Parts: sequence; structure tokens; C-alpha cells
Amino acid sequence: MIPVLSLIDGDLYKTVKFKNPNYIGDPINAIKIFNDKEVDEIVVIDIRASKDNTPINFKKIEEMASECFMPLGYGGGIKTLEDAKQIFKIGGEKVIVNSAFVDRPQTITEIANIFGSQSMVVAIDVKKSLLGKEYCYFESGQKSSKMNPVEAAKRAEELGAGEIILTSISLDGTRRGYDLDLIQRVSGQVGIPVVACGGAHEVPDYTKAVNAGASAVAAGSMFVYKGSVDSILINYPDQNVLISDFYSQVK
Amino acid sequence: MITIIDYGMGNLASIKNMLKKVGEQSVITNDLDKISNAEKLILPGVGSFGQGMENLNAKGMTELIRRKALVEKTPLLGICLGMQLFTKHSEEGNVDGLGLIDAKTVKFNLHESHGNLKIPHMGWADVEINSSNFIFEGIEEIPRYYFVHSYHVECANEEDIMTTTEHGYSFCSGVRKENVFGVQFHPEKSHKFGMALLKNFIKI
Repeated sequence: MIPVLSLIDGDLYKTVKFKNPNYIGDPINAIKIFNDKEVDEIVVIDIRASKDNTPINFKKIEEMASECFMPLGYGGGIKTLEDAKQIFKIGGEKVIVNSAFVDRPQTITEIANIFGSQSMVVAIDVKKSLLGKEYCYFESGQKSSKMNPVEAAKRAEELGAGEIILTSISLDGTRRGYDLDLIQRVSGQVGIPVVACGGAHEVPDYTKAVNAGASAVAAGSMFVYKGSVDSILINYPDQNVLISDFYSQVK
Repeated sequence: MITIIDYGMGNLASIKNMLKKVGEQSVITNDLDKISNAEKLILPGVGSFGQGMENLNAKGMTELIRRKALVEKTPLLGICLGMQLFTKHSEEGNVDGLGLIDAKTVKFNLHESHGNLKIPHMGWADVEINSSNFIFEGIEEIPRYYFVHSYHVECANEEDIMTTTEHGYSFCSGVRKENVFGVQFHPEKSHKFGMALLKNFIKI
């Protein structure tokens, strides 16, 4: 289970369907809380870096990494091998590439060749058209492509990616459960781990995603909101609940 | 004071950060004199075996690390690629390693009967401790650690195997021979379990 933290200008936000960012708080604080809760892994995405072409905020990432005693993946504005080098140097384990996957795909191969495919993650963001066709989107869901998610995942694997974070834009922030059909189709076509993201509401959703083929599950809202009125509260399921409702239920 | 060997492979800052968190000073260095005078050494590493050995050779560290480990008996902890480099040989790039442990590094040999398992082996996994070992002292439950690797170590001698982990089959996830400790997982990214292990290493 991987909390995904979305950043804008170094602050923590949460979106719905990649829109309407709601201010949550200070990411360092959130990371400290996730440490205490023994979170498996953390993903931090600067959701404006590629879209607005702003420089990567290495200082903030370094601050976060120094408080992060679990694996940290960073995405947002990674375009070159040098960007990735810098992230690894300041304490990140993985870099996540989305926009560069279409703009500069060779970057993925370069990073995988030098740092290993395990450190190279491709984020595939999927939106359904009105006619129900699925397309991959880039630049925080702003720019559409003609690629369908299965093609994109295969292509990412060929380029050297070691992991895919598969996000349903339509379900982001909705807490209606994961797109299990999408997870099943994509994970069945690649040999690398697929992390499901978008729509998680409760622990049984994880179980469903993993049983559909996901190697791990990620979520945003679930970890930053609590209760029926969406109070902001950094939270993480209790280990005992995870054991009874998730680990022991996975086929 | 722990000396973290910088040979241009991987994430050194996170090890220093966690040592600081558990109250230990450390220095990240490629200086041969500093390594030579170190009380305790950590050999980290993420990346390919061939590149790792090439860097150690180019920086003149290979013989120095062997001397520290085998002659001076300096406590040495290898993490991930660092542990693999302790072996005599790796399938990855078909190159020889430091030879501190009678072992080789091999690629995960998974096939269809292993179902949906993937390579790299990535994520948290239980670590089974073969014989009681002070490096895991203070951990009450079955320890879980974070792994990221495509190759693993195969020991020639049973007694060098410190821990095992399951990924399709049981593989050696930790080695120990006297003062030489190696772990395939990342204690620096495994919160309380990693903190406990590093604290115990500091206490040696």
C-alpha cells in the first residue's frame, strides 16, 4: 500500500479526477506521520512540474527524503538522466516518468540502463472517452494521446521500465473503488509489476485490485481524508486490519 | 562512527539519514585513507554488479576492502549490491567479486510454476533468521524488510547463510561470516526493522 502525495509549489494537495486541488498541508509532516505508521512506500508527485514546465524542486524532495525511512518514488518534471541522478543522490529510490514517456522515451532506457529497471517507474494515466475508449494522458491528465493503456504498458516495459503505476483519472479522488477491469487487462500483458491507483476507498479495495493482478496498490484520498465530511487527517490502516482484510484475503 | 563507502553506486544519503535517526554519526567518503582508518564500514550499492566492481577497481578500493574485512576484521555491512559484491562471482556481467564469502550471485530463476511472481523482486518481504543473531536483537515479530533486486546470492556453505526469504523459492537474503555481514534488503528503507538492525550493527 503506497500513499501518493501530490505536490503543488511544495505543498500537499489532493485532486479529484486530476482537478480541483484541495490544500492538505505540509508534506514533511505527512511523511513523518507515515513513518510512524510504518507505511510500505511513498510516492510523491509534483503535479505541476511537467504541465507548467517548472524546475524540479530538489531542495524540497531532499527534505522529504531525509525524513523518509521507507522507499520514496518521485515523479514530476523528470526529463533526463541527470534529473534522475540527482533524485537518487538526494535519497529517492525510484523516479516516475509520465510526460517524458511520450516526449523523450529514450530517457527511460537511459535511466534503466544505468540505475536498473527497478528504479524506473512509468506512470500511465488513463481516461475513458465518451464512447468508452481508453486513452493514456500526459502532463497531469491535460494532454491526450492515441495510446491505449495496454500498448503503453508494453511500450514502457520494452523501454526498460521496471514498474508501472496505473492510474484511472476518472476514478481519482472519487473513492469508488479501483478500475479492476483495467488492472486485469494491463497486468496480464506485461511482466513487470503494476501498481493500481485511483479510486481506493477501503481496505477490501486493495484485495480486489491485487486479485485482479496488481502487484501493489496506491491511493491518495484514503490516506489524507477521514470520515464522512472529508476531514483532513493523515491516516493509514492498522496493521491488524491489513492482515485480516488484505494480506490474508489475497489469492 | 560509521564510514559509508562512496564508489558511485546508489543511494548513500538514505543510509546516512537513518544512521542519524538512530543516533550514529557517519561519513560518506571515497577517500582511501578514511576507509583505511574506518572503525566500521558500510558498502551500499544499487546498480549492476559489473559497474560496481569496475568502480571499486578504478578507485583502488578492491584490495583495501578485502584487507579491512579479511585481515583487520573490521565490521563490514554490505547492503543490496554491496552484499552481492562480497561473493566470488556474478552471473550479471560474468565478473568476479570481492570474494569475502564463498558464494556466487545468480539471477532469479523463476518459471511458470511460480505463477505471477515478477523480477525484479520488489517490495516488503519476511526475513527468516537462520540462527539466532544479535544483528536482529530487539525485534519481537518476524522482521519485514524492503527488497529491490533481480539477482540473489547463493552460498556454498550453509553456515554463512544468515537469513532466507521466499520469492518463488527460498533464497539467501542475508550472509554473515565473522565480521562480514551482508543483507540483500534495504535496512535504511525498512523503518523500525531497519533501525533495529543498524542499531545492532553500531553496537558491535
